[in-house]
Amino acid sequence: MLEFPRWRKIWLWMITLLAIAAALPSIFSAANVSWPEQLPEPTVNLGLDLAGGSHILLEADPGQVAAQRLENMEESARGVLNDAEPRIRFGDVSTRDGQLSFMVESAADVDRAREELLPLINGTGLIQEWDLQVIDETRFVLSQTDDGAENAVTQAMDSATEVVRKRIDALGTREPTIIRQGDTRIVVQVPGLQDPDELKALLGQTAKLEFKLVDLDALPSNVAAGVAPPGSQIFPYVEGSAQEGQFLAVKRLGGIKGDNLTNAQQSFDPQTNEAVVSITFDAEGGRKFASLTEQNVGKPFAIILDGKVLSAPNINEPIRGGSAQISGSFTTDTANQLAISLRSGALPVDLTVVEERTVGPDLGADSIKRGMIAMMIGSVAVIALMVASYGRFGVYATAALGINVMMLLGIMAALNTTLTLPGIAGFVLTIGAAVDANVLINERIREERRRGRRVIAAVENGYKEASRAIYDANITNFIAGVLLFLFGSGPIRGFAVVLIIGLFTSVFTAVTLTRMWVAGWLRKTRPQDLNV
Amino acid sequence: MRLLKLVPENTNIKFLKLRIPFYIISVLLMIASWGLVFTQGLNYGVDFAGGQEIRATFVGEETAPVAELRETVSALEQVEDPVIQRFGEENQVSIRVKLPPEAEGVPEFANQMTVAITNAIKVEHPEVRIDGVDSVSGKVSGEFREKAVYALLAAMIAIALYIWIRFEWQFGVGALFALAHDVSLTLGFFALFQLEFSLQIIAAILAIIGYSLNDTIVVYDRIRENLKKYRKMPLPELLDLSVNETLARTVMTSLTLLVALLPLLFYGPASLFGLVAAITLGLFIGTYSSVYMAAPILIWLGVNSNSFVPEETVADRQEKLARGES
Repeated sequence: MLEFPRWRKIWLWMITLLAIAAALPSIFSAANVSWPEQLPEPTVNLGLDLAGGSHILLEADPGQVAAQRLENMEESARGVLNDAEPRIRFGDVSTRDGQLSFMVESAADVDRAREELLPLINGTGLIQEWDLQVIDETRFVLSQTDDGAENAVTQAMDSATEVVRKRIDALGTREPTIIRQGDTRIVVQVPGLQDPDELKALLGQTAKLEFKLVDLDALPSNVAAGVAPPGSQIFPYVEGSAQEGQFLAVKRLGGIKGDNLTNAQQSFDPQTNEAVVSITFDAEGGRKFASLTEQNVGKPFAIILDGKVLSAPNINEPIRGGSAQISGSFTTDTANQLAISLRSGALPVDLTVVEERTVGPDLGADSIKRGMIAMMIGSVAVIALMVASYGRFGVYATAALGINVMMLLGIMAALNTTLTLPGIAGFVLTIGAAVDANVLINERIREERRRGRRVIAAVENGYKEASRAIYDANITNFIAGVLLFLFGSGPIRGFAVVLIIGLFTSVFTAVTLTRMWVAGWLRKTRPQDLNV
Repeated sequence: MRLLKLVPENTNIKFLKLRIPFYIISVLLMIASWGLVFTQGLNYGVDFAGGQEIRATFVGEETAPVAELRETVSALEQVEDPVIQRFGEENQVSIRVKLPPEAEGVPEFANQMTVAITNAIKVEHPEVRIDGVDSVSGKVSGEFREKAVYALLAAMIAIALYIWIRFEWQFGVGALFALAHDVSLTLGFFALFQLEFSLQIIAAILAIIGYSLNDTIVVYDRIRENLKKYRKMPLPELLDLSVNETLARTVMTSLTLLVALLPLLFYGPASLFGLVAAITLGLFIGTYSSVYMAAPILIWLGVNSNSFVPEETVADRQEKLARGES
């Protein structure tokens, strides 16, 4: 018991001081004292429920990715078959049940068609993206493989995360966190944001911009009834436009997508003085745009944003410079928002807000202040009770408790974890466990003294006998913590992380550190009696 | 300096004398709790029920006009049965509304609802401050419910397994029973008083399980020790002795935690009230269950003084016989 080799003491103090040092920045910032800039600054992140801000969970629909993929496949397949030398004739194209199927007109073309399609099916990566079957001699059926569909969702989510990041950066908010979660979700956390509406409007916009030729052959009665002629699609006009409530038929294939934009700015139309968005294409997009407008001078083309027609102006002359204007009853704000969305690129998949939590910053600050004061009062009461009950041993216990709190904060800061409201429950439990460990030890020492053991033997036995229950209790809680982390969702995980770290710090401080102090004191003074 | 001793030395309280009546009461309470949970239901917050919660402070007003708000909000289109409660200070409220089924999959819907509600309030009370908005879709709230249940069950089963390995199977069952008791009564309490049940409360229940487990293990550890020490003592007496020997620790730990929790309960932030109230309640339930649920069950499960003595194997016996011992 009294044997505490020097190396072990140095070692324990080093761990303690290191953890406390890691806690200092957090404590300074909580007390609103500035921290010298030259020093590293790992502080405990406060969760948005404590610090105020917005937490938004976005979810994508994998079905939409698959549908988009099917549409792209149809376009590519048509392309390669038409471009083949000589051209491969085909018909009866259908995209039902997530499959693309078509018939080549001559059975002699089957092998050639298969040859042309192979690069599309295999994709560029290691996994096979599509399954190709030929049934009834001339019918091709292309279906998505599970791997391919999964891969497409992963890629869509990766780029969606990137787009979300760009859009939020454009808002100029401080230190946003954007993390992919699970297969189809993105978490966005913006501290201090009071009004999340703008953010949500920005994230809810897919910003998929398309330029498509208007189908002039469509019967107006069919269009009004929402029936698309073959090869066409029907889109509604955007809300707020003069044609709101009306529909427009456009050619399904052959348009241009807004993927090739290099810039988008809000500006004003010099003639009408209304707010518009000016866009600039890159070289490839500019070329495509020029050839589309050249071939269709005098005809109208529709500007479609997220499946709604913004406007359908006539092409007066070919547009060759690679820049154009989008008009469509904008206000300055909506035009600006669209410009930001276009600049950051279209989301490859629609994102839906499935969870939103906003905490006003006033409330957060007030919560922390009141929580701090309440904890201060509680600490004083605990210290008083411990010292009154166990004297010197109570002093050791409370010193250990103080170090425990610091170490826990320090480790959390070093690991860059976030403290949330449920985390505070974990904190309370940790402090409870630490207090309990010292109470157990001290009560046991009392008991051993009552049984007539001499001072050193009583202390030694006290630590030994109490340790069994302390370790058993901590290991069970540790196991529970790990399982909570594995099976729990966000807030439960926050609790589990604090619990797990706290178990280590509380055993270290309440058992190991107090033991070192008690041993040092016993060795120095060799008391004949204990006041415990 | 004379030190404070909360529990006199060498107490000899016959705790287990009342084990049967207490058991009956506790089991009845557990049944009643589950009955309440199934009939009354828990007052799920938006975390578990989905929907929207708006928290607002009426700056510069003494009290929040709850009745008037109820009328204003109910009058809005698409809002059915809003739950409007005081929350924290006198002038703070929480307004909870369910999203109608047609809102599922329509991202703008929840947003429009928030705007509609806040605008309606601002007509009469321009000074209102919106402190927070939570909106959780039905799908996500369903996942929260599912995950919370899985996490709790997984943790409880693992705890029981560990205690079985470290002690004996009877102790594992006893600890599991005590935990089930604590969780049931806490749920019953929330169902009875219709307090808002959210993810925070799950965190509180986890903390309760943690405390209760500490208590149970301390008592069990002492029982294990005494079973080895007093091989001839009848089990009820031995359990009483163990509880009495650990009584000073139980009282001291509970009291220390209580003095730490009370300031948080009465002065802490409103957002923490549910959490702290649940933990405080759990402190009492957990301490009680360690003594009256976890210990007596050992008698009925047939723990005896041989439990912690290594079993004599057939080989041992043959060896003994060969040496001519009985």
